[in-house]
Amino acid sequence: MIVELGHFALILALAVAIIQSTVPLIGAQRRNAAWMAVGDPAAVVQFLLVGFSFAALTYAFVTSDFSLSLVVSNSHTLKPLIYKISGVWGNHEGSLLLWVLILALFGACAVWFGGNLPPQLKARVLAVQGMIGVAFLLFMLLTSNPFLRLEVPPLDGQDLNPLLQDPGLAFHPPFLYLGYVGLSMSFSFAVAALIEGRVDAAWGRWVRPWTLAAWVFLTIGIALGSWWAYYELGWGGFWFWDPVENASFMPWLIAAALLHSAIVVEKRESLKAWTILLAILAFGFSLVGTFIVRSGVITSVHAFANDPDRGVFILLILGVFMGGALTLFAARAGAMEAKGIFGVVSRESALVTNNILLAVSAFVVFFGTIWPLVAEMLFDRKLSVGEPFFNAAFSPFVVALAVILPLGAMMPWKRGDALRGMRPLWPVLVLALSMGALAWAMQTGRSALGPVGVLLGVWVLGGALSDFWTRTGRGALAGRMARLRRLPRADWGKMVAHGGLGVTIFAVSAMLAWKVEDIRVVQPGGSYPLGPYEVTLVEVREVQGPNYISTMAEMRVTREGEEVALLFPEKRIYPVAGMPTTEAAIDYGFLRDVYLVIGDPQENGGWAVRSYIEPFANWLWGGCILMALGGLLSLTDRRYRVAAGARRVPDGVPAE
Amino acid sequence: MRGVVLAVMLAVALPVAGPALAVQPDEILADPALEKRARDLSKGLRCLVCRNENIDDSDAQLAKDLRILLRERLVAGDTDEEAVAFLVDRYGEYVLLNPPATGVNILLWVAGPAMLLAGVGIAFATFRRRGQARAEELSEAERARLAEILKE
Repeated sequence: MIVELGHFALILALAVAIIQSTVPLIGAQRRNAAWMAVGDPAAVVQFLLVGFSFAALTYAFVTSDFSLSLVVSNSHTLKPLIYKISGVWGNHEGSLLLWVLILALFGACAVWFGGNLPPQLKARVLAVQGMIGVAFLLFMLLTSNPFLRLEVPPLDGQDLNPLLQDPGLAFHPPFLYLGYVGLSMSFSFAVAALIEGRVDAAWGRWVRPWTLAAWVFLTIGIALGSWWAYYELGWGGFWFWDPVENASFMPWLIAAALLHSAIVVEKRESLKAWTILLAILAFGFSLVGTFIVRSGVITSVHAFANDPDRGVFILLILGVFMGGALTLFAARAGAMEAKGIFGVVSRESALVTNNILLAVSAFVVFFGTIWPLVAEMLFDRKLSVGEPFFNAAFSPFVVALAVILPLGAMMPWKRGDALRGMRPLWPVLVLALSMGALAWAMQTGRSALGPVGVLLGVWVLGGALSDFWTRTGRGALAGRMARLRRLPRADWGKMVAHGGLGVTIFAVSAMLAWKVEDIRVVQPGGSYPLGPYEVTLVEVREVQGPNYISTMAEMRVTREGEEVALLFPEKRIYPVAGMPTTEAAIDYGFLRDVYLVIGDPQENGGWAVRSYIEPFANWLWGGCILMALGGLLSLTDRRYRVAAGARRVPDGVPAE
Repeated sequence: MRGVVLAVMLAVALPVAGPALAVQPDEILADPALEKRARDLSKGLRCLVCRNENIDDSDAQLAKDLRILLRERLVAGDTDEEAVAFLVDRYGEYVLLNPPATGVNILLWVAGPAMLLAGVGIAFATFRRRGQARAEELSEAERARLAEILKE
């Protein structure tokens, strides 16, 4: 009964979304306040209906209602409760429902937090948001209905893919979707502004927090996914340039560009057309990502079971929204005259460079991801594009970005002086160079990767700190400390996020350059050296889990006779799903992780064992957390809370 | 060629073996220099039945066979290029994770730099146009209006 109500609520939500996407739009065009006002309740009601529908599906999963075909293929009575819940979005249909739920949530948030938006802009934003809702609700109801019943329900389900039965992956999709779908708000604002024909500083101020929030969620989602790959896949890799990873990385890069260019719109009323274009592209890349994950045209580790109809439908959605928005952009972009002018050496130019580098790097990732498809369809060449290509083609842009970041971040608006801008950065540069040289001297293999990573990481992190310290002005230390506390949250956010990027760059190169690996056969009771450590395989035993059987090894890690850690790497078999998984055992440390994996038994009674020392692994996640935290800090800046100037703009002023 | 790949994929994919974790201890060559070469090459070769995994990381049986095949070639005295060419002959270009910059693949490699140049070019052109627009004198009407304001 509850399931039927959920299904019905979903259909009602579609009806409401159709109203939301038409009535306010017509109202805004005719300046009819009553029609415009329809958007508010429609968005909230749509959210409540989809929310109810989602709750109904969750209920079906929690109570293991095996008359639903989706529950049968993705759940099992023995599965722990948390994975029964996460099973709701561990599949195509359910994750699509989560997608639509978050879409509706953002629409409702625009109502709840958008009190100071001009009514016309708000009506148009809600209408565009409603249109996206219509498209995805239709997609779900026509091709991927989660509420389909089975005539003869089986006694038990087929279990969720064991790889997905993991806390890291349980919460990875919701964050990613909050990010993907959050970009729909930037898109709606961009399209509304194009319809209106007006982009001003206030628009930049409204659109930036949404982009920032989406970017923060994307950062957390990508970091969670990467962390999951690190500990679950069993060889300590953290990024594979897999099409689905790329699908989340492209919107992240474009969103990063967008939130920087929105600053220029907000503070200098320049780069308007470009910012609008980025807002459209950011959501476009989200849709491309959805297409890649769900159509199955590009095979990947994470792709859901797929079907060509769905691919065609998403391509249609992509075509309609991108085609429509870009046509509108072509027609109206000319009206977005820039006000602020700036010199070649200025904060604006630095941000333009940032935007070009981020956009081009996103494009490189996009091109590499779809190239196998293009090459096969057009040139009949069946080929692969993988990690070596992306490492070679993508990294230069990151290096360039890291080099200009500290300099650009301190450059004054309008017109600056490169040499003067460099003044507070000389000590940072010297420090970075010497740290890089030190790393070069200390490492054993003469690879440039590690030292360059150290150099860039110190340069970016030191630059962020130096920038922050310069903001406190001159004078006595006490006075500067006092001013430090009063600096706006946006400055804190900038420092933390840029510092986080520096830490991330350092950690990535350290992990790639200085990883220690050991593969060998070990007899129970035997031990072997691993870097400065001694590892002993104490014993291997069989352990019964709730819905799996585990082969668990007990391994002791010692350093100069002292025990460092006792680790239990496992190999699990999930009998229902018929799938094995490896569970690496990791001793997390500040400077390194010790990472142990148990392999197969050997004929002579020994076990294959793989061990790694992963240098600075925690710094990678730390860097990502810092970036997200920086975004959050910036999001709490006073100017967003009070929305100063929001009401200053009178309603209905035509294009400037 | 694709027929061969497909046949291989089917033959290997059907009997699903237990997980054999990436490089196994018994595969490792006694000569560390040769083994290092094998590991480096493996990272650029695709496991044909996997989704976007290299043979060095993959648990699949086919990846294991390819790793052993690659090591056999190296032990037989092949150079890196010869060993890779041997695998490309058998499994096609698909086996390479780093597509060679030949034929249409040149497009793939130049796309990024070309885009960067275009971006910088457009930014620069816009910048110059804007600079010129600024340099334009005030119109007669604007001049009159300015004088009026200054008088007030």
